[in-house]
Amino acid sequence: MIAEGGLAALWLAAAMSLLQLYLGAAAARASAEAIDLRPVCVVAVAQGTLAAIAFGLLILCFLRTDLSVALVAANSHSAKPWLYKFAGAWGNHEGSMLLWVTVMAVAGAAVALFERRLATRTLSATLAAQAAIGLGFYGFLLFASNPFNRLNPAPVEGNGLNPLLQDPGLAFHPPTLYFGYVGISIAFSFAVGALLTRDVGPVFARAMRPWVLAAWIFLTIGITAGSYWAYYELGWGGWWFWDPVENASLMPWLAATALLHSVTVLATRDGLRAWTIMLAVVAFSMSMIGTFLVRSGILTSVHAFAVDPRRGAFILGLLVIYIGGALTLYALRVSTVKEGSRFDLFSREGALVVNNLLLSVILGVVFVGTLYPLITEALGAKISVGPPYFNQAAGPVALLLAAIMGMGPLMRWRRDSVRALLNRYAVPILISAASLLLAVLFAPDAGVLPLVGLALAPGVAAASVAPMWKRNLRRTPLFTWGMVIAHLGVAVSLGGMAASTAFNKETLTALRPGQTTHVGPFEVRFESVAPVAGPNWTAMEARLTARRNGTGAPVALAPQSRMFSAPPTPTTEASIRTFIDGQLYTNVGESDEMGRWQIRLWWKPMVTLIWLGGALIAFGGVLSLLGRVLRERKAAGGRARAPGADAIPAGGEALA
Amino acid sequence: MRKIRPILWVPLLAFLGIAIAFAVQLAQPDDRAIHSAMVGKSVPVFALPAALPDRPGLASTDLANGQPHLVNIFASWCIPCRAEAGPLAELARRGIPIDGIAVRDRPEDLAAFLAQYGDPFRTIGADNDRRVQLTLGSAGVPETFVVDGNGVIRHQHIGAIMEQDIPAIVAAWEAAR
Repeated sequence: MIAEGGLAALWLAAAMSLLQLYLGAAAARASAEAIDLRPVCVVAVAQGTLAAIAFGLLILCFLRTDLSVALVAANSHSAKPWLYKFAGAWGNHEGSMLLWVTVMAVAGAAVALFERRLATRTLSATLAAQAAIGLGFYGFLLFASNPFNRLNPAPVEGNGLNPLLQDPGLAFHPPTLYFGYVGISIAFSFAVGALLTRDVGPVFARAMRPWVLAAWIFLTIGITAGSYWAYYELGWGGWWFWDPVENASLMPWLAATALLHSVTVLATRDGLRAWTIMLAVVAFSMSMIGTFLVRSGILTSVHAFAVDPRRGAFILGLLVIYIGGALTLYALRVSTVKEGSRFDLFSREGALVVNNLLLSVILGVVFVGTLYPLITEALGAKISVGPPYFNQAAGPVALLLAAIMGMGPLMRWRRDSVRALLNRYAVPILISAASLLLAVLFAPDAGVLPLVGLALAPGVAAASVAPMWKRNLRRTPLFTWGMVIAHLGVAVSLGGMAASTAFNKETLTALRPGQTTHVGPFEVRFESVAPVAGPNWTAMEARLTARRNGTGAPVALAPQSRMFSAPPTPTTEASIRTFIDGQLYTNVGESDEMGRWQIRLWWKPMVTLIWLGGALIAFGGVLSLLGRVLRERKAAGGRARAPGADAIPAGGEALA
Repeated sequence: MRKIRPILWVPLLAFLGIAIAFAVQLAQPDDRAIHSAMVGKSVPVFALPAALPDRPGLASTDLANGQPHLVNIFASWCIPCRAEAGPLAELARRGIPIDGIAVRDRPEDLAAFLAQYGDPFRTIGADNDRRVQLTLGSAGVPETFVVDGNGVIRHQHIGAIMEQDIPAIVAAWEAAR
């Protein structure tokens, strides 16, 4: 009955989204005085609740390993640890699509509950748009990817979950990523709503900003966590592979990052109206295109669960309707939106425009690189596009972007002078020059990109915290703190990427127990191998002892070569030790007939900074969001007492 | 409404272009095989030693002797290679010369394999480090190339040759004459 209950909840949620579309559209047409938002808001909340119930029931099916449900039988196993039964609910195509519509419905419900600034007509149009997108994906679930299908007769045992997914990372990475990836649909719906009611301006921008910020925070956390997960789970020691799915999550992030900055220009200076709307449409379009690319099977990827051309055709249809519809609306309506106020190019607005352009260039580079194999295949040649293209094409732009990022917050709104800026920028430039000198001295053949990265990172870090210089830190608004910390995070992450690339050391050897080898500053002794067993796997575990410079305190490492029982799949479990200045990363492979074991070791200096930076970026976002919400509260309270108390001085509105 | 600005329609047109490319791609049958980039080119220069004492090894010069050849890449440890033994024997019976490249094999295993599953090969070269296999653009075993009399690769068959593949192989061989 649980599966039937879930299916019923899903159908009801779909019906609610239809009702929400109708009520929202009707309310958006009514005259301003006659609008009653309550019905559409109630329906939106009901839809969100029903979708969440359907998802909860699917999780229950997985927790109970109800093998009469086809999806459970295909992806779960009774002997699996409970965490993976739970998380396995979304470790497959149907379940992850249910998570997709659930996030979309819950995000819509959140807008209905909490959005109070947006003009009522725009809000109802936004809710209608959110329902319209939801409807298509409900259709996709119910007609092409039903997660609640029954099996008759039920099998005695399930197929098990892909061992690569049997990791605590599965419990956190997909949901956080989806909250961002799908949550950005709110920005899309806001844009459509605003185009429909021709209501694009600072009020709209201030209303949209927290939602974009929230989705962006989740997206940042999801990407950072996914990068670390791939790093330790896949056992290749890399932290970004330019896999189509990684790109599919990076592209909405790039668009959302650009949107976050352009929406600030719109909120503060009433500029970049048409551009901001475009970015809002593009961000979620990238999410949908990414989903299509991965789920249709036209690109091969580690994340491809289901390869079914009919599903691909269904999603492609949805893409054409939603993206095509939004872009048509854009073309028809945006010329009637008045372009906002003008500004001098050499100003903070100008820096933000450059930020947007550079982010768009990176987005374009990633987009082209991801789709290029499709285009050449249509012309008859099979190629794949890998890291050499992406690093060379996107790397220099990203470095330039980081440099501009350091400069932007030091610039004044409206108009600034080169001389004044140089004054403020003198210290960071000196720091960068010094670190370039050091980098060239210590790593002369690290390659141009890592060298420039090493040079830039400290300078950008200094420039990022510079806005706090001589400020009363206790009176600095929380969102300014957020910006400073997020920018600092970018510098930290950049430093980690550059240092781990420039100073990476790798050793691949075949050793007998008792032998020693070296990697970076470490002397590593191969002590022994022993068989070990887990709940649903067996493994050969190599025991290694590493000593820094051969004399330091012994550090134990125990990489495993695992064999999972269901489905029978070998995996390598890397053993990683974190030091203050980097990570020691080890793998064990197979043994040869002479009793030697393949052992692979990496010394990755400063590699942890990459994810620490990502965490800082997300934390900055959280502070910024908190700051905005608290100030909103205060302003609302102040408004009640004295109208006009919330008037924001032009310079006080900092970056989100 | 004001006059229509063409530039505003560019995003829509670009998206529709991409959507059409997607649709074309979806409509195409799924083809996961990656064919060698060497098809249509001369075989790279190589000279493999004999894998068995009773017959010669294989060199690229042997292939450019005016006669079309089949070059079968196989190994005694390769299970699908057993399945294609019958069809290979049938091709040999029709008078098609078949040269073998044994990948990472040992003479005693190879001899046992041929004794058990049949032996259609005129020559067998020993490719112990897979270098020749890789330069031919072959990613696995078994694979079969049709090489014409000038030593130019005309056709590549990936995977075991089954009964139903025989006509296509014969046709490719006939075309290479």
